[in-house]
Amino acid sequence: MEISNIWYFLSALTLLSALMVIISKNPIHSVLYLVFTFFCISAHYVLLNAQFLMAVNIIVYAGAIMVLFLFVIMMFDLKKNIPESKSSLTKLAGSVVAGTLLVILIAIIRKNTIPAPAVEKFNSQTGMVENLGQVLYGEFLLPFELVSILFFVAMVGAVLLGKREAGERNF
Amino acid sequence: MELLNTVFIAKAIIVGVVFAITLGVAAYSTYFERKIAAFMQDRIGPDRAGPFGILQPLADAVKMFMKEDFIPANSNKWLFIAGPCLSMLTALMTSAVVPFGDSVTIGGATFDLQGIDVNIGILWVFGIVSLGVYGIMIGGWASNNKFALLGAIRAASQNISYELAMGMAIITILMITGSLSTKEIVEVQQNGHWNIFYQPLGFIIFIICAFAECNRTPFDLPECETELIGGYHTEYSSMKLGFYLFAEYINMFISGAVMATLYFGGYDYPGVEFVTQQFGSNVASFVGVGALIGKSLGFVFVFMWVRWTIPRFRYDQLMNLGWTGLIPLAMYNVVVTGFGILIGKPFMVSIAGLVLLIAALFVYDQLLVKKKIA
Repeated sequence: MEISNIWYFLSALTLLSALMVIISKNPIHSVLYLVFTFFCISAHYVLLNAQFLMAVNIIVYAGAIMVLFLFVIMMFDLKKNIPESKSSLTKLAGSVVAGTLLVILIAIIRKNTIPAPAVEKFNSQTGMVENLGQVLYGEFLLPFELVSILFFVAMVGAVLLGKREAGERNF
Repeated sequence: MELLNTVFIAKAIIVGVVFAITLGVAAYSTYFERKIAAFMQDRIGPDRAGPFGILQPLADAVKMFMKEDFIPANSNKWLFIAGPCLSMLTALMTSAVVPFGDSVTIGGATFDLQGIDVNIGILWVFGIVSLGVYGIMIGGWASNNKFALLGAIRAASQNISYELAMGMAIITILMITGSLSTKEIVEVQQNGHWNIFYQPLGFIIFIICAFAECNRTPFDLPECETELIGGYHTEYSSMKLGFYLFAEYINMFISGAVMATLYFGGYDYPGVEFVTQQFGSNVASFVGVGALIGKSLGFVFVFMWVRWTIPRFRYDQLMNLGWTGLIPLAMYNVVVTGFGILIGKPFMVSIAGLVLLIAALFVYDQLLVKKKIA
């Protein structure tokens, strides 16, 4: 089997499961389809020989974030309080906005010809964890550390909000 | 293409053998669990099916298959079936990256006795462990039963909490080895340089987290007769229940194999060179496979030993231990290991770190006792 065939198959699977996320009525099913979509994206990373990104994508998104999503959705009793359907005007506005975005994106991609990288210069080991670490801790050290500070601030904020009692003032 | 086919067939054989060993060990773990429980409680244990009752697992399997396979009327049918399947799948997938032995040369071709040697081996283990919670959560939710849902939520929050400390414990191993590949982690530990000597604290944290991840006593809170009936598998019967229980035993064996790989030298054993000189490297490799499986079985025994010795935790105690006990300890371990690598004496510093920690805890305890008296 050609690699490109695998790529087409995977892409179709990814798009299908991503569509099912928004089509399915049951929120639990949506979450599970989203998990499946993340797996498909991880498989794309494997095709690109980026094993580290594949593993991290599964650990962070499928293993941690989606488990918390599932957790929260299971706690709600969604059978009792289904959110009422939006009015047709909202639906129409949403479709127009999304359609415009799609047209703009297609136009941009058609206008710009992205040069294909030279095959001889391509290094198949770029996605390996050793090279990724060199880049992250060398060239992009400052952005990397700033992102970690951002995460830390977000975490402190979440803890602060979570610990606040009713009627208590923090600031 | 010829070479690709040979490699493919060899890998298929290795994966098949690993599956067979895992399933066989898991089946007989149920027998030995009962035998060890019986020994500790001064009973005889199963002794009816075959000599010494060794056919008991077969009898259990027949019983499980013969029972009525019942799906509750208001459950979500497909997810109800998917739950146990996912549990088994995630339990079996971890063994792919465990190096079961050194390479073997047959007819001029060399084969590694390992499913896949990826350079992210340990992240693979970590990823699959973090997925293990889906089987339980989906099964618990699909049952459409309050107690099953509560059990599933307990299991999920327990697994998420202990994953953090487990990851921090693994980080120190990566710092020492400088690689994510399980094969390289084992190769660094050859000739008796086992990580347990450099990482005693890390090992303690890891094994506690492994107990919590496998939902074993003292952390088997997801199933609790007095509070939750059967926990997440309340509504399950027949072989679906069997799969859930079986997945737990598989997880025990695999986590034993992972602990042996990370901390006890993997397939290393005393006298490798002697065996290699006397019988050749192939025999030495196969003895190494035996050594790894022996170590894993030793860990399975520890799991059972603890189950029948230590009473279970209360749920708030479990969360307290995970978040305020193990995670700070793991961070301390990372700092101590980093210091050890920096001054080039990892062994001395890790022992000193452990001694310092115990001394600090002792002093803290003494101060607390004086306050209580006064």
